[in-house]
Amino acid sequence: MDSWPHSPDVLVAGGGNAALCAAITARQAGTRVLVLESAPRVFRGGNSRHTRNLRYAHPGADGIATGPYPEDEFWDDLWRVTGGRTSEALARHAIHDSVELPSWMVRHGVRFQPPLSGTLHLGRTNGFFLGGGKALVNAYYRAAEALGVEIVYDAEVQDVDLEGGRFVRARVRHHGQERQVEARVLIAAAGGFEANLPWLRESWGAAADNFIVRGTPYNQGRLLRALLDRGVMSVGDARQCHAVAVDGRAPKFDGGIVTRVDCVPFGIVVNQQAQRFYDEGEDFWPKRYAIWGRLVAAQPDQIGHVLIDAKPRGLFMPTVFPPLVAGSIRELAVGLGLSPEALEDTVQRFNASVRAGRFDPAVLDDCHTEGLDPPKTHWAVAIDRPPFSAYSLRPGITFTYLGVAVDEHARVRMADGTLSANMFAAGEIMAGNILGQGYLAGFGMTLGTVFGRIAGKEAARALHGL
Amino acid sequence: MPSTDSDGLIKEAERVMTICNACRYCEGHCAVFPAMALRIHFTAGNLRYLANLCHNCGSCFHHCQYAPPHAFDVNVPRVFADLRAETYQRYAWPAPLARLFRRNGLAAAIITAVSMVALVVLTVVVAGPALRGGHGGSFYAVLPHHLMVGLFGAVGLYVAVALAIGVIRFWRDVGAGDPVSIRLSTVVRASGDVLRLRYLGGGGGDGCTYPTEAPSQVRRRFHHLTFYGFLLCLAATTIAAIYHQLGRMAPYPLWSVPVVLGILGGVGLVTGPIGLLLLKQRSDPEPYRRSQFAMDIAFLVLLFAAAGTGFAVLCLRDTAAMAILLAVHLGVVLGLFLTLPYGKFVHALYRFAALVRYAGERSRPPPRPG
Repeated sequence: MDSWPHSPDVLVAGGGNAALCAAITARQAGTRVLVLESAPRVFRGGNSRHTRNLRYAHPGADGIATGPYPEDEFWDDLWRVTGGRTSEALARHAIHDSVELPSWMVRHGVRFQPPLSGTLHLGRTNGFFLGGGKALVNAYYRAAEALGVEIVYDAEVQDVDLEGGRFVRARVRHHGQERQVEARVLIAAAGGFEANLPWLRESWGAAADNFIVRGTPYNQGRLLRALLDRGVMSVGDARQCHAVAVDGRAPKFDGGIVTRVDCVPFGIVVNQQAQRFYDEGEDFWPKRYAIWGRLVAAQPDQIGHVLIDAKPRGLFMPTVFPPLVAGSIRELAVGLGLSPEALEDTVQRFNASVRAGRFDPAVLDDCHTEGLDPPKTHWAVAIDRPPFSAYSLRPGITFTYLGVAVDEHARVRMADGTLSANMFAAGEIMAGNILGQGYLAGFGMTLGTVFGRIAGKEAARALHGL
Repeated sequence: MPSTDSDGLIKEAERVMTICNACRYCEGHCAVFPAMALRIHFTAGNLRYLANLCHNCGSCFHHCQYAPPHAFDVNVPRVFADLRAETYQRYAWPAPLARLFRRNGLAAAIITAVSMVALVVLTVVVAGPALRGGHGGSFYAVLPHHLMVGLFGAVGLYVAVALAIGVIRFWRDVGAGDPVSIRLSTVVRASGDVLRLRYLGGGGGDGCTYPTEAPSQVRRRFHHLTFYGFLLCLAATTIAAIYHQLGRMAPYPLWSVPVVLGILGGVGLVTGPIGLLLLKQRSDPEPYRRSQFAMDIAFLVLLFAAAGTGFAVLCLRDTAAMAILLAVHLGVVLGLFLTLPYGKFVHALYRFAALVRYAGERSRPPPRPG
């Protein structure tokens, strides 16, 4: 236990993508770095272990992405999904820096591969990690260890002592024991609070009890809360988060990617009253999956049911749990615990409003409804060929946006507007500076990598001035 | 001892593949996951095919967000290793000899020991004065040519038949309901996969996560040494037999084709198995089935012993000790041959068959959804 490294130059709180990028960069700048990861080694890496790609700007096809993704288009996409709730200066900074990420990542052991099946729409804009996020995390841990970064697992920073906006020491729980770690610089990269159920309840009320936490159970947000309680400026809204619709049978924590249900564009989604509530065919699924968590969260009991008939089989990714299958809509309603009459009525009205078109899942086709509210604007095909299948959906919270305010050097801002002399933040804990709402696939990893590297570099630079 | 609970294994493999098929993060590592992604449901034949497509490289385990102690408990290399062991027993011919797989280390040791004793006794009986020297370095002075050819020809024929029956039955079963025709192009493609060990490359060119979670080429290299060593030794023996037919009598000089090939092959068969055995010692116990180590080790030790005794015969071929050493060497080789259909060697054939099928599936147009 006393073999713990004492008083490093740079203390990195967290053990995911942003933390490791920061640790590697700070170490390469010649500083002594200690990484405290709250999870045990087998579950290290926070939510990064569940990721699979990173969005980055690039001038053309580059062997990783299939075509150009200019910085301006990236910015337009971000502007659209956030509805303008972003910081243009920080966002453009991140987008500009994203250009050089893949080469840096490859130098540190990350490998890319062609886009995964079922995600071809992201092939132009995103780079896919060979083996997924855990492979990336493993590569970064190997790189960090080879550089001489000290890493301690099962070590959660639960509180910090600040003096006049300066970090002094961290209070750490390690295997049930409390320890204090002093360091000259703190890099806060410990993620959000999405696994902290009481905190979710504070923000969402009883509805939070029906949320499923897609990622790591270790993101308790204790460092975030400590920083906010000790005078750091907050950014973002505690109710804003990246949430997708997941299978209601998913485990409470850590179900990751396999719990998603991708068949929404090919069917209809109803709530507990067997009523539709949103356009299922608004856009390609990879562009819309991120809104369905919030849509379902807004429904009674935070539940939705997606219904398809026999036709879309093979058009969407296989699911980890089998659907409820029935020979008739009535039987399906009984199985789902819905009113059979109401569901039959909803399906009949939907089917009656479908206008014949040329069904094509590869394009925004012309199969749509008329005179239906809400409409289904693409891939609207009558649900009439048995057997019928249904999946019940729950909101699957992926990450939270409430965070600490930073400047473009990843330097933490205090509540009075001044910048901390020795605190930096990267990753989910500061994502709210740029993501006020909405989500772009692969953008969390962009933010983590960009600001992790900035934080590492700036931390080393700050040491010279301390 | 490998599990032989077929139904339980198939069920577990189906459970794991259903999770993997909803994830697919490992698609870039090897052939298993693209082959999996062509399917929504998995028959027992599908699963045995996927299991034999798996090279046990470990990448999918070390990169799996659902690996134990996660509640989903996804361990593809382990369940597929078990299913491969089941496959080998299921298709072994004749069926009663499938039990040789179950205590494979013991079985290989007994068969080899009996072979050695038999060869030594045979040599003592037939060699006559050559036993005490005076053979002039000629192996055929110790054991007559017709005896050697007759013995190894008969054993070779039996081995070929036993292996062929197993692999044909495997091919039929995994293709039941979804046959793939064998074409020159698919055989060429699969051969390329084998000769380069493409799927021990990890998909990113860094190698597989064996023996630890850091990618490495070391296993691929030792396997290459073993595989090409084996082929070179076979080539040396075959060329020597042809020489004999052409009237060029042994012993052949050090710089003759059979001896040079034999030496090169022998070096591969000594260094390759040693390397693989050392790696195995250091391998991560989670994804790699230690219960099947006996089968792996038996085969590696036999290859090593065959090469080692071969070298001893070569070095001492002009001394009186050669006769007994030759008998021991031929005894080891006979044991190796007899156990080929009932040991680790069969992995090469089932793997190749699976790769031929994979090449065939890849060249088909994708199935129409709906």
